[in-house]
Amino acid sequence: MHEQQYLQLGHILNKLRLESFSRVVFLVDKNGQQIAVHGDVGNIDTTSLASLAAGNVAATGGMAQLIGEKEFPTLSHEGERESIHICIIGRMLLVVVFDERSSLGLVKLRVKQASRDLSSLFVEVERITQERRDREEALFAEITDDDIDSLFN
Amino acid sequence: MTFINYASREINCKIVYYGPGLCGKTTNLQYIYDTTAPTAKGKLISLATETDRTLFFDFMPLELGTVRGFKTRFHLYTVPGQVFYDASRKLILKGVDGVVFVADSQEERMDANIESLYNLEENLTSNGYDLGKIPYVLQLNKRDLPNVIPADEMVAELRRNGEPVHEAVAAKGNGVFDTLKSVAKQVLTELRKS
Repeated sequence: MHEQQYLQLGHILNKLRLESFSRVVFLVDKNGQQIAVHGDVGNIDTTSLASLAAGNVAATGGMAQLIGEKEFPTLSHEGERESIHICIIGRMLLVVVFDERSSLGLVKLRVKQASRDLSSLFVEVERITQERRDREEALFAEITDDDIDSLFN
Repeated sequence: MTFINYASREINCKIVYYGPGLCGKTTNLQYIYDTTAPTAKGKLISLATETDRTLFFDFMPLELGTVRGFKTRFHLYTVPGQVFYDASRKLILKGVDGVVFVADSQEERMDANIESLYNLEENLTSNGYDLGKIPYVLQLNKRDLPNVIPADEMVAELRRNGEPVHEAVAAKGNGVFDTLKSVAKQVLTELRKS
C-alpha cells in the first residue's frame, strides 16, 4: 500500500468512525496483519486485536463451510460496555469497536457504506501495485546478506 | 503472505511453528517472549485449554529492526498439535511466509513427528503452498532427554528438502533463537529474490 492510498484509507476509516459514533475502527487483513487504525485506542493492544479478529473470522469461516455457507460476512460481539462488529471486505476485515454512544444498527449501516468505498480503494491499490511492481522489486533486490544479518546482531 | 506497507515503511511476515502435540512449539514462543526486550515485542497471546494445551493458536509479534528503511516485523504463530485440531491448523497456515517444524526427539514420539509432518505437507498444499518452495526449518527439540533418537537418524527420517536443521532444548532456550534467525533469514532472502 502506498502513501496516497493510505491517506485515502485513513479518510474513509475516520469518516466511518465519526458517522457511526464508534470508538475505534481497524482495517486488518485476513492473515492478521493490522493495516490501519483510527480512533481512541486507549489501552487496546491493536496488534493482538488484529490477530485475534483474523483468527475469529477464520474459525467462523471454517464453521460456515461445514454447514454449506461460503463464509459469514459479518460478525458481532456484544459486551457489557463495549462491542465489536467485524465485516469482511474481500481479503480485508473492517473491525469497529463501539460503546453505548452508538448502536449495532448504526454501525452496520455506516459499515455498509464504508465497505463500498473501501472495495473501490482496494481495486485501485491492486492496480497501482501491479504497475509499480518492477520498481518495488528492485528496491528489495538491493537488500544484501549483511542487511539481513544485521537484524540479528 | 508478506505485507509491505510503503506508506509506513513496514514489512510484516508470518512464521508458523508446527509439530505434534507437546513437542515444544509454545515453549519456543514462550522463551522468545521471555528473553526479548520489551520494545521489540508485543503481547504473547495464548488461546489454550484449562490444562494449557494450545486450543487455537499462540501469537506473538516481534520487531527485528530496520532493513533498507523498512521496519521488519515477524508475527510468530504456533498451531495446536493434538491430532483432532486439524481444521484449526489449516486455518492458521493461511498467509504463512515461513514454517518451523518442531520435532520431538523422544523415541516414542517419532511416529507422531512423521504424522505431523505429513499433515503439514497436506495442509500447506490445501492452502496453495509447496513445502519444497517456502522458507522452512527443522528443529529437533528436547535433545536433553535420555531417550532421544540420534540426530542423524531424525534428519534422515524428517528432513525434506535440505532445509536447515537445528538441535534444541526449548525449555532452556538452547537453539530457539538459532531456529528463529534461520527461518527469518530465509523469509527475507525469499522476499529479496521474489
